[in-house]
Amino acid sequence: MNKILIRIKKSELEMISMDHIEMQRDDIGAKLGMWIFIFTEILLFGGLFLVYAVMRHRYSADFHQASLQLNSFIGALNTVVLLISSMTVAMSISAVQKKDKRMATILLCITLLCAVIFLVDKYFEWGHKISILLYPGTELMQSLKHGYILFFSLYFFMTGLHMLHLIIGAIVLLVALVKVRMGLINEDHYVLLENGGLYWHLVDLIWIFLFPLLYLVT
Amino acid sequence: MTENDNLHVEPSYLTDTGKRKGITAWLTTTDHKRIGLLYLWSIMVFFIVGAILGETMRTELFKPGQQFYGPQTYNAIFTLHGLIMIFLIVIPGLTVVFGNFVMPIMIGANDVAFPRLNLFAWYLYLLGAAVVVISQFTGNGPPDTGWTFYAPYSTQTHTNVIAAVSGAFILGFSSILTGINFIVTIHRLRAPGMSFFKMPLLPWAVYATAWVQVLATPVIGITLLMIIAERVFHIGFFDPALGGDPVLYQHLFWIYSHPAVYIMILPAMGVITEIIPTFCQKQIYGYKAIAISSLAIAGVGSLVWGHHMFTSGMSKEAMWIFSLLTFLVAVPSAIKVFNWVATMYKGAIDLKPPLLYAIAFIFLFSIGGLTGLVQGALATNIQVHDTSFVVAHFHYIIFGGTGFAFLGAVHYWYPKMFGRMYNFRVANIAWCFLFIGFNLLYFPQFIIGVEGMPRRYFDYLPQFTTAQQISTIGGYILGIGFIILIINLFRKNGAKATANPWGGRTLEWRLASPPPMENFSTQPSAPDNPYDYE
Repeated sequence: MNKILIRIKKSELEMISMDHIEMQRDDIGAKLGMWIFIFTEILLFGGLFLVYAVMRHRYSADFHQASLQLNSFIGALNTVVLLISSMTVAMSISAVQKKDKRMATILLCITLLCAVIFLVDKYFEWGHKISILLYPGTELMQSLKHGYILFFSLYFFMTGLHMLHLIIGAIVLLVALVKVRMGLINEDHYVLLENGGLYWHLVDLIWIFLFPLLYLVT
Repeated sequence: MTENDNLHVEPSYLTDTGKRKGITAWLTTTDHKRIGLLYLWSIMVFFIVGAILGETMRTELFKPGQQFYGPQTYNAIFTLHGLIMIFLIVIPGLTVVFGNFVMPIMIGANDVAFPRLNLFAWYLYLLGAAVVVISQFTGNGPPDTGWTFYAPYSTQTHTNVIAAVSGAFILGFSSILTGINFIVTIHRLRAPGMSFFKMPLLPWAVYATAWVQVLATPVIGITLLMIIAERVFHIGFFDPALGGDPVLYQHLFWIYSHPAVYIMILPAMGVITEIIPTFCQKQIYGYKAIAISSLAIAGVGSLVWGHHMFTSGMSKEAMWIFSLLTFLVAVPSAIKVFNWVATMYKGAIDLKPPLLYAIAFIFLFSIGGLTGLVQGALATNIQVHDTSFVVAHFHYIIFGGTGFAFLGAVHYWYPKMFGRMYNFRVANIAWCFLFIGFNLLYFPQFIIGVEGMPRRYFDYLPQFTTAQQISTIGGYILGIGFIILIINLFRKNGAKATANPWGGRTLEWRLASPPPMENFSTQPSAPDNPYDYE
């Protein structure tokens, strides 16, 4: 018995005469790998949360004061936007499972739109702080009280790192969107979308922790 | 038996059978056996660099006062020596060479779960190494902080810290991806009938290691990013002038770097656990104890990081808790030592080179482990902290432990990997040089450490001269041993190896030496007992 192992793109499957074709595919393994990677991301941010915990314990009053500089409305808006985007990406998986390519596309586009809205909000938030020279390294910053300095350092580092992960997640979902359009992600083969959605939920989850810790310290 | 199919004229994994040939075939391979060898050659090259750095330090320390270079150069050299040895050699080391080559075969798989990710991890390894090398030659000079990059010096020194920590960050990524790959491989690709407790003990060790890699490495990742942010943006986490705390850096650093030493030692213990049953032709004693103790070491070992910082000003409560946990983590390691010795008891001992290395491991690792307890005890820690006692301790564990286990693994699986035997007499001679040289090099450092010789010092008081000279001579003997070893293994004029030259029982010994590209043409059934000796 001749056994051949090849990877076939379903859209390119042709009639080939062979004794036996074996597709090397392990969706459960792929998801397990993604979950473990998620753990590593949580621990990466965990280091920052540890620093936050220590510094907030030391400078609780200053953290409270400094947090008032942040716009809770925009922060809350961003939170809602990300929650909606998590919902739409999960719905897009259901759409794919139901062979509804059009709906899957719409939902993924809404997800990506939410990502853009988040980034635009962040642009305004950061832009404002930068324009009044309230960012790490400036003379203004270094003249403030210690607790303020550390609060803003944590604010920029944590939201900055989060933004980086948001952009990465959006790119992954963009790739998934293209593959949905091309039919490479379909009702039989959608683990990439699931993993991308999982990563997106992580991005959302990290923000759900960041928002109260940075914006609602009162 | 279906295994005989593999002993026919199927070409080995060393032969190019695909579209690409030569170097291109190797650089684009996704075969776990080839990737294991790619790592082996890379590690060998970097080890030679790191070893030469070590030898220059020993030469400089032959007499008090400056011989060849001054303190700035010495600091840069021990920093690079540490970075290379730790991040390029011992942390990846056994995992990426033998975890890659042997582990999938031992569980009856044809490759790892994510073969392309495997190759990508090797390229990340090379990239990280390249960035570390570049950090030596650009900017304001090579970092002189030690591999530990303690704040506040690392955030203030003008030397090229950012490049070096960036290299370490990339290497951490490589480590994480390998860890993910191996966890999924062991969960998903075991042969039918091979439950976790029917797996050989090397996969168990690799599994425990992979979890540590995956959970601990991100913490050093973020810590290194904080160093960069501190240097570039003055974020102030570790700077008292801005409200920060340098001891916080130490905590974050050691929360990874202590588990990192378990990344170094767990696969080494796994290798020893494979070698001893084979060369005693006897069932491993206490299979379950060894398997569970690997997980216990990984678990408890994540809780002891404070023992690197007893003099940093911690509270008394924190100190005794860390000390207690440090003593506890020695227990599962000791369990392994008892089990190895019990396996040898009344076994049919065949003193081939792999077993010589395994026995040396038990001796050297025990010395290293016991001297670890001297440091784990609070009172004695004050005496020996930051002295060459510590240097001797960790070299006994990492070099005497992981290093000798690595050499044992090379001598054990060499016939399988390359299809040839090697000269036993010369291998034993090399072992003698290594063992004697190693002990002459490091044992005196315990003594002068207790007497007050600080670590990372390029000069010393005259009363330490004799010990330093013995140490340096030991270093040269060790170097000669390595040269003999490498020449012996590179000669490749030994007899052709059979599938099972040592009489092992794990699945890799059923494949041809060297194995074909596709390990198992039909999926093997799992033996009931992985160490099934009469």
